Parts: sequence; structure tokens; C-alpha cells
Amino acid sequence: MEALKIHIPDNEQYRELGAYIESVRNMPGPLINVLHKAQGIFGYLPMEVQAFISRELDIPLSTVYGVVTFYNFFSMTPRGKYVINVCMGTACYVKGAGKVVDYFKDELKVGEGETTEDNLFTLTTARCFGACGLAPVLMVNEDVYGHVDRKKVTEILKKYRSLG
Amino acid sequence: MSLITKYVLISIDEDTLIAGARKVETELKRILEELDLSREIMVVETGTMGIMGKGVVILIQPDDVTYVNVTPEDVREIANEHLLKGRPVKRLEFTGKIDQSVISFRETAQELKKQTRVVLGNSGLINPESIDEYIAVNGYEALGKALTEHKPEEIIDIVKKSGLRGRGGAGFPTGLKWSFTAPLKNKPKYLVCNADEGEPGTFKDRLIMEGDPHKLLEGMAIAAYAIGAEKGFIYIRGEYTLSINRTQKAIEDARKYGLLGQDIFGSGFSFDVEIKKGAGAYVCGEETALINSLEGGRGNPRVKPPFPGVQGLWQQPTVVNNVETLSNVPAIILNGADWYKSIGTEKSSGTKVYTILGHVHNPGLIEVEMGTTLRDIIYKYAGGVKGGKFKCALVGGAAGAFLNEEMLDVRMDYDHLGEYKAVLGSGAILVMNEESCIVDMLRNILFFFKHESCGKCSPCRIGTAQLYMLADKIYSGQGTDEDLDQMLTLSEAMSTTALCALGQSPYLVIHTADKFFKDEIEEHIRRKVCMKDICRMNGAEHK
Ligand SMILES: Cc1cc2nc3c(=O)[nH]c(=O)nc-3n(C[C@H](O)[C@H](O)[C@H](O)COP(=O)(O)O)c2cc1C
Ligand code: SF4
Repeated sequence: MEALKIHIPDNEQYRELGAYIESVRNMPGPLINVLHKAQGIFGYLPMEVQAFISRELDIPLSTVYGVVTFYNFFSMTPRGKYVINVCMGTACYVKGAGKVVDYFKDELKVGEGETTEDNLFTLTTARCFGACGLAPVLMVNEDVYGHVDRKKVTEILKKYRSLG
Repeated sequence: MSLITKYVLISIDEDTLIAGARKVETELKRILEELDLSREIMVVETGTMGIMGKGVVILIQPDDVTYVNVTPEDVREIANEHLLKGRPVKRLEFTGKIDQSVISFRETAQELKKQTRVVLGNSGLINPESIDEYIAVNGYEALGKALTEHKPEEIIDIVKKSGLRGRGGAGFPTGLKWSFTAPLKNKPKYLVCNADEGEPGTFKDRLIMEGDPHKLLEGMAIAAYAIGAEKGFIYIRGEYTLSINRTQKAIEDARKYGLLGQDIFGSGFSFDVEIKKGAGAYVCGEETALINSLEGGRGNPRVKPPFPGVQGLWQQPTVVNNVETLSNVPAIILNGADWYKSIGTEKSSGTKVYTILGHVHNPGLIEVEMGTTLRDIIYKYAGGVKGGKFKCALVGGAAGAFLNEEMLDVRMDYDHLGEYKAVLGSGAILVMNEESCIVDMLRNILFFFKHESCGKCSPCRIGTAQLYMLADKIYSGQGTDEDLDQMLTLSEAMSTTALCALGQSPYLVIHTADKFFKDEIEEHIRRKVCMKDICRMNGAEHK
């Protein structure tokens, strides 16, 4: 088979990932840990990064790709600076999570899974977060917001826009 | 040494952190300094107190006063009025009824009603980040007893006799599960704790780990001793940052105390635990999928047999147990099988931790005896239905069943629910008032299954997509009687042909929705109306 022609740059980010891979090389089944780390470094997992991991861990690229696409946590497209993740779990759903998504679509003029033109926001939905006491719930990156309504949506967007 | 006169327990969990618990804590400590009370009044961080959605929660002991929705601005008033003058601040006092389960923890703290607090007993009373506090409430005593007084076979015997059944969903007898793996000679063997907790509306395992992580570790060590495993993994859902951090700290502390690691209690038994983070897939909660994920691959379920107990992680014998299951084990070893059997019903012993959510006044977490009725759980503990009359409850999460008003008096345990072909599942109870629409709910749940199907077997990969499409047709006013019939037959076929329980599960929600709410579904089909005005009839925009 023809060798893969993906150019892998040699820079700080790859060196950091390379060092991490060295440190877990002997641990059994390290792939998911490495992917967590790589997404932390790069923000997402483009083909080059996957090819690098495949080469370094000596795991077929198809396997790496198979794992990346299996888990919701991993993304192959760049995300906005702030990822808005609305919980669509049953408990949030009965409390109106569907409407919350609509408010965001309205305000941001993007659909689910899309990123705004200024690369500031990505709108996504997720399964139950396990924070149902606060339904409907959403997360912006690591921050959690509960009891979300239309007013809160506007406030949240305002807050992150002002942070830039 | 000075005398502590009062304790202020502040609940630190993900809900209260969001509400600003840290700010309240800092302010509290600052004001106590200022009032020169900091040597008499101790501020203690604890896990959940079972009160959800009510902001920052603090409990003042021994006065037994709980405050909710506390903000940093309220702290001075609490300090001045209550701590200094002994006059509780009525405005912030919690009066809801879910308090009962919390009260039952407190009573037990005073040696009363021991039975209702097997798993959550320490939660909200001790600092989960302190191994010393856990040891002070008899922590790790059961492990010591197990290792020094019992042979592994005897532990299995006790657990078998106790009647403990798996709390992860299927309710498989725990002692029996262990007895398949224990006699196998292949080494190494593994013990895996399933903390993936993906069932919608369930977060009991998160709060158990946040509130009392050492209890889980102790349960794991005892289980490992019983089956002869030297290595354990806890597979924790990736989003559960606080659980991961607290459990990690607990592991490190236990190692320092020699309660994990080599030659525990000088018994020659060695056991260590490692945390693995999940990456977001519901199906990874299925035990064989979880094992594949632990190995670093796609989380597709495996064909059974071979069962994991014989060939699991890296093809070695592996026992997979739920967090709550394992957290029951120390108390069983300490107090004996007969004690445990005396709680709950004849065939389902012990307690069950539920998360109760949706249209109720006091959503939250409770631990009650097996066999408590659904009515008591909703009306006694969760404060009753909010915003209208009771319509139904979805019990057991997406993989569960709808129960309507006639079923309110059903006793919640494996067998009584089984009589109605319902399940206890993970213990999620989602209450819906009469303002909710069953078609809308069903469509949401079927979307979940479609989204989470791992695609390995065709009945589920194709079936879940079809079921969602059919439900969506009904939801948008395009449905026919045949569509409903097809949903019923298709889900039934899936229940017998899908590889894992994910593909088998839609059967139950669809059939219970049809059984109890056929009229409402037919209204959507024949008259093209949604009486609750929720469904987007007439093909309006939908996902
Ligand atoms: C789709 C699916 C998801 C599951 N999710 C979980 C889960 O999140 N936590 C859990 O403990 N068990 C889950 N289970 C059940 C496990 O397969 C397994 O039965 C359980 O972990 C065994 O532990 P127990 O005997 O202590 O209950 C799931 C099963 C299926 C089919
Ligand atoms: S039933 Fe569904 S989730 Fe389970 S193996 Fe088949 S496709 Fe995967």
C-alpha cells in the first residue's frame, strides 16, 4: 500500500504530544488517553494529528480514525472559542431544552454543530450531563449554567462576547 | 485546644459549585475570622445533602438548620443572627420535604434508623476529601475484617446471602457474579467499576463518588479480594471532573495509608486502582463496550458469551460492577448478611438510590428502602407534582418504562416492577405533569437511541433510525395508524435480535407509552392535533 502522504509539521505542539506519547507508551491501551491529550493541545483532531498519533503509537490510521469518530468528545473540525453545549437529556427536554436551542439558533444564526463566522461560538447539543437538578442546563466550555431561559441566553452571549 | 461549639457544613458538589459555593465559603471564613469565632465554629466541606436546584446549601449542626440559596451577601446575616445570637434566619431556611431523606441521614448520625443510609450515610456529613474522617466513621473497618477474618469464598457467601443485586440496571445478583470469576485460575484478573453513568436523568453515581469516594474504594478492595483481582479500574464519565478529582485524591490517600497497594493489612493481599476517563458514548456503559473502551478502542459491545467474568479486559477474567453496588459492600461485611436482608423486600434487599426529577417540587437524590412505593417517592420525598396534575413517570431512564397514575402504588423493587414488565434500571425517576405530551417525549427518547446506537448490529442501527423517523412523523402530524403498529412490531423484533441491551430497550418505552396513552397518540395520528400544543403538527420545522 502506498505510504500516507500527510505532512506533519515539527513544532512545539507536536513535540509536546510526542513527549506525552513517550510517557504512556508502555501503558496498555493508551490510545484514548493520547487523543484526550491531543485534543487538549490542538483543540481538535485534524487528519495530520491522527496520522502523527498513528505513526508514533504504531496503530493503523484507520483504527485511530475509527476511535476518534466513535466518541462524541472528539472533534475533527475546529471549534469556536466558546463551545455552547445544550443538554438534551430527558430531564432537560421536559423542562424546555429544545426551546433553548432555538433561542441560540435565533441569536447566533447558526444551526446545530455549526460555528459562527467570527469563530467565537460553536452550538452543539449533548446527552444528559447528570446535572438534572438544574434543568434545563448548558455548558459553555467548562462553565455550567442552570435554569436557562430566553433572558439567560441573551445574558450568556453578552458575557462571552464582551470577553471576546 | 479550643472547644468547637458549632459546625457549618457546606455542600460542595457540581450543582452548588455552579451556584457559587466557594464564594460563600470564603466569605463565611472571612466573617468568622472577623467576629473572632473561627476557633469555635468549624466550616466543613461535605458532599451532597440531597437538595438539588436550590443553589448553595449549608447545614448548621447541632442545630439541624439547613439554609438554601445562600449568597455571599447572606453570610453576614447568618453569622450575626444565627451563629452569634442563635436565631435562625427564617428567610433562608429550607422547608421542603425532600429533607426527609436528609433528616434520615442525620437521625442515623444519632444512632437512629440505621437502615436507610447504607450508601449515602456519610454524604453531607463528612468531608469526602479527608480519609481520616472516613476512618473515623468506621471506614476501612470492613476491609480489615474481610482480609483478616474471612477467606474470599466466605465473602462471596456473605454477599450472596445478603441478596445484593447489581444497581447498574440489570439487577444481577452480585455474589453470584463474583462466584463465576473467583475459582478461575487465569491471572491477572480485573475488577472494573462502572462509573460511566449515561442513563438520561441519572447522576447518583456522581454524587456517591463526590460525597464518599472512600466507600467505593473500600467496596472495590473487598470485591477484588473475593474474586482474586490485583488490579482495578474505575471507568468514570469524562464530564465528571469533580468525581474524577475526588476519587483520584482518595486513591492517593488510601495508598499512603497502606489501604491500597502491596500487602494490605499484612494479609498478603495486594490491590491497586486506576481511573480511566470516558470519552462520551452512552453505549460505553454496557460492560463489554466499556471493556473495549478501556483497552483504548471503539466502544462497541462484544458478543456474549464469553462473558466478561470469564474473558473480559485483555481477555482476562473481569468483574464489572456499578458504583452503587460496590458502595453497598462495606456495610454488608461489617453488619452481616442478615442485617442487609432485613432491609427492603424479600427478593430485593437493601436500599436504592434514586434521582427524582422533572415536574416535582424538590428534585434531587434520595436513598430509600427497596419496595418503597412510587407514590411515596414522589409525594413524600420529592414534595409532590409541580405545575399541574400527575400524568406519568418515566422510571429507569430512556431504557425504562412509563408508569401512569394507576401504577403509583407499585412497590419499587426488581420483582414488583418486573410483574408489570417495568424495570428499576438506574433509578432515574422523571415525573411529568399533565402539561407534557407523550408523543413529544417519545420522540426525544427515540432520538437519543438513534444517536447513541453504536452501529455494530443492524437491528439496532437501522431499527433505531426507523423508530425515530416514525415517531417524528407522528410528531409532525404526518403519522398513520400503520406507523404506530410498525413501531410496536419493530421494537419488539429489536428486543429479541439486537446484540446488546441498547437496541433491546426502545421496546419498553414504546410499549408502555402505547399501553397507557394510546388515545393521546391516536389523537396526533387521526385528528392531527397535539392537545398540549407542543408537537409541531402540520410538518412545521423540526429536527
Ligand atoms: C447501553 C447500556 C448502558 C449502560 N450504562 C451503564 C452505566 O452507565 N452504569 C452502569 O453501572 N451500568 C450500565 N449498564 C449496565 C452494565 O452493562 C452492567 O450490567 C453493569 O455495570 C453491571 O454492574 P452491576 O451488576 O453492579 O449492576 C449499561 C448497559 C447498557 C446496555
Ligand atoms: S444493539 Fe445497538 S448499541 Fe448494541 S451493539 Fe447493536 S448497534 Fe451497538
